[in-house]
Amino acid sequence: MNVQRLVAMANDISNFFGSDPDKAAAAEQVAGHMKKFWEPRMRAEIRRHVSTGGEGLSSIAIQAVKKLE
Amino acid sequence: MYSIDHRDLGTPPATSADSVTLEIDGATVTVPAGTSVMRAAALADTQIPKLCATDSLKAFGSCRLCLVEIEGRKGFPASCTTAVAAGMKVRTRSPKIDQLRRGVVELYVSDHPLDCDDCPANGHCELQDAAEVTGVTHSRWAAGQTQRGSAPDVSNPYFDFNPDLCIVCSRCVRACDETQSTLALTIEGRGFGSRVSASEHQPFLASECVSCGACVEACPTAALSEKSLAVLGQPERAVATTCGYCGVGCSLKAEVKQETVVRMVPNRAGQANQGHACIKGRFAFGYATHKDRVSKPMIRARITDPWREVSWEEAFEYTASEFRRIQQKYGRDSVGGITSSRCTNEETYLVQKLVRAALLTNNVDTCARVCHSPTGYGLKHTLGESAGTQAFTSVQKADVVVVIGANPTDGHPVFASQLKRRLRQGAKLIVIDPRAIDLVKTPHIEAAQHLQLRPGTNVAVINALSHVIVTEGLAKDDYALARCEPKSYQEWKEFIADPRISPEATEAITGVPAARVREAARLYAAGPNSAIYYGLGVTEHSQGTTMVMGIANLAMATGNLGREGVGVNPLRGQNNVQGACDMGSFPHELPGYRHVSDAIARGLFESAWNVSIADEPGLRIPNMFEAALDGSFKAMYIQGEDFAQSDPNTSHVAAALTAMECVVVQDLFLIETARYAHVFLPGASFLEKDGTFTNAERRIARVRKVMEPLAGLADWEVTMRLAQALGYPMDYAHPSEIMDEIARLTPTFTGVSYEKLDRLGSIQWPCNDNAPDGTPTMHVGSFVRGKGKFYRTEYVATAERSTSRYPLLLTTGRVLYQYNVGTQTRRTKNIVFNKEDVLEMHPDDAEARGIRHGELVGVASRAGEIVVHASLTTRIARGVVYTTFHFPESGVNLVTTENSDWATNCPEYKVTAVEVAKVTQPDAWRERARTMRSTRKGASATAG
Repeated sequence: MNVQRLVAMANDISNFFGSDPDKAAAAEQVAGHMKKFWEPRMRAEIRRHVSTGGEGLSSIAIQAVKKLE
Repeated sequence: MYSIDHRDLGTPPATSADSVTLEIDGATVTVPAGTSVMRAAALADTQIPKLCATDSLKAFGSCRLCLVEIEGRKGFPASCTTAVAAGMKVRTRSPKIDQLRRGVVELYVSDHPLDCDDCPANGHCELQDAAEVTGVTHSRWAAGQTQRGSAPDVSNPYFDFNPDLCIVCSRCVRACDETQSTLALTIEGRGFGSRVSASEHQPFLASECVSCGACVEACPTAALSEKSLAVLGQPERAVATTCGYCGVGCSLKAEVKQETVVRMVPNRAGQANQGHACIKGRFAFGYATHKDRVSKPMIRARITDPWREVSWEEAFEYTASEFRRIQQKYGRDSVGGITSSRCTNEETYLVQKLVRAALLTNNVDTCARVCHSPTGYGLKHTLGESAGTQAFTSVQKADVVVVIGANPTDGHPVFASQLKRRLRQGAKLIVIDPRAIDLVKTPHIEAAQHLQLRPGTNVAVINALSHVIVTEGLAKDDYALARCEPKSYQEWKEFIADPRISPEATEAITGVPAARVREAARLYAAGPNSAIYYGLGVTEHSQGTTMVMGIANLAMATGNLGREGVGVNPLRGQNNVQGACDMGSFPHELPGYRHVSDAIARGLFESAWNVSIADEPGLRIPNMFEAALDGSFKAMYIQGEDFAQSDPNTSHVAAALTAMECVVVQDLFLIETARYAHVFLPGASFLEKDGTFTNAERRIARVRKVMEPLAGLADWEVTMRLAQALGYPMDYAHPSEIMDEIARLTPTFTGVSYEKLDRLGSIQWPCNDNAPDGTPTMHVGSFVRGKGKFYRTEYVATAERSTSRYPLLLTTGRVLYQYNVGTQTRRTKNIVFNKEDVLEMHPDDAEARGIRHGELVGVASRAGEIVVHASLTTRIARGVVYTTFHFPESGVNLVTTENSDWATNCPEYKVTAVEVAKVTQPDAWRERARTMRSTRKGASATAG
């Protein structure tokens, strides 16, 4: 999977849920969205990306990806 | 000429709940108050002769043939314009009435040829019927200034106008007005010189006529008549079916002679279309028998090889062996399938069943991914159901109509006619669109507000509208607090009331004057019935889902849900987008929108299908392409979808398809995607199979076979046989058995059966024990999800911005005469009306670039470059350009990008930063496209 595309998608999702003032809740919702709609190899790839620093991901997206583990 | 099996009742039905009893020719008749004497007589099986009356048009009272006698009343009133009254005693025949009618018919006949044997309407001509009933065989009177000898107008590719045969009854003029609302026709001249005229005495083709054919159907003679009637002769039978084009889902009668469709006529009992059709549904069915249809399965080992015709058995065995080989080598999830919104519910259900039960993966998706997937997500999360809320008839009770990112007169023409009817009665219109669509100003209609926003700023506008409503105290707090989650409502109100969301603060972003936004918001809030209709201009954005939620927020906050006249109404692009979504075509959902992780729902299907279903979501279409490019996705079964033309960033799609080892395309024609296919399975048109479509109002309607499949198998049979070849037992004798299985497994379809569909005509789901006849209006009393939920809809600018290199924003749409990628309509005479995609451009932008109307221009984005002709128009704002995507020659999706909706990956077709420059010759891509087309023609010839 093109990780840059996944990074963009994760950031887009985070932009939507990130408007919630409760950022922890926002990260939870982003993670929930990824679990519900991302095929396992997409989740595995973004997790791998976060494990190597998560370059390009917003802070909410990184928090969310960590919740996928 | 109306449908050969239509029994015309003369005038439209009355809607009164009160009944009136009267006597007609001694028989007692009870009808709704307001019914005409003519209709009451017809309902009592007494046909009163008529010429200017038909039950699709208001009574006109001009022909004087329907005269009757009414006890206690003077003279001979026209039965079409006389309403029934309690105790009324009517005589439809008497010596005096007969004499009067004979005289009337003689006058008509004096200016009408009597060589009926050579007339295309012979046997179905109402003047012929009237002459027969009155015993008129010739006229005592010579014609005065006659229309005889006037040259017929044969300019329209589908119908002719022969003034010789015209009796000037005005039915065509009234149909253009009352049924179509285009007002292209009039009667010019006086007396014998009276003549039907299109626009200002122009040929039909050059006039404002939109070729809907309502006038042709309304004509009592053959003055306006389908060319096909003259060529093929009278049809022998009529089969009720459902149109295969847009999401309006018009009920049509296919009139057939042996196995040849002579013509299509809208079903006057059709609940979606109410007896109307557009040029596509009524006339553009010729693709079904076009010479380009492929009638034999074909395979090839490599996409550079020529096609080899094979038997169905060999095609199935080859495909199955390839899929099994690939799964064995690359893993179970290396394969997938695509269902089609052009196919029936039963067929999409079977494709997703094949993927889930035979291939054991959830890698199934549908073309709704690229159009209305944000509707599904947005409405499910806010209201609880992934569907529009109303029946089309609801618009007749709307006081304010908001049309957002849709162009109904072109995309959904039959609904547009219904909408125009309501607007002409006084309902107010708000249009939110970067382009001045026809509805903004058209005869007798002018939008109260046109919010001509910059592409990509929908969310800022919808938020600004809500901001005005909340901050000016126009919200219906009682409704919202009672019907919705109070916490979400309060939080949303705080969010939306923030001054940064106001029309004034966002004017610089949206380009819409704040005062107009405020006026529009006040108008919508005032209603009292305000309805929103939207299209792909809402969904095909990086914030498509956010916008759908914003629309739902607005409707909930103002109490505009849960009754007739209001609602949130997605105008679905293809005939069965709604149905394809309902049938479990998404990779995360089983039929009935139940997530694959739902163990109870999964267990139900596992038990019925005797397999174990994966509990993780599968790949979406764009994810499949990405996986193909990284080597983990290798095979795809594509039913009725042309990625290589319809999906964004064509080069990217082509690379992904090329990377796969087995691409199976099932379609009517060798479409663009077939260039990358290893197996081609011939598809069947909607005329060649049984099944159901579900339209934009959740209306399930029957599709009925009128001819045998050209290649011998209907699409559902192809999927069934492929599943069998894969070793999975699928055995249905008829699509009704598939629907029975769907009903058993899907709560919203529990009460649906072919027997009930035949009995009721159509059914709007949910149809179950709670609503045995279906549900025209959703969310009555409470929302499907229980309490409605408001979502914060923060505006986030798209990543696709205009820059100094790409200073213009390209947005896309469609025209009336073509359908999506044009695979069907380009193979009909609709090509006469629309021959190519053109680029609409504001004259100021053109002048700055030295471009004149009609010149070739290059359109370049960061994804690619195309060449099209420029069309200068002030419909489009400065800084924005617009085109359509109907022709592979123009390859519009070469320039669109991979940006997509955050929630659903629906592509952002509607915003692409481009630059436009004058060119003197087609670019290299067009040359390549020509080469590709000639290669395909060679392949087609090989296929015979």
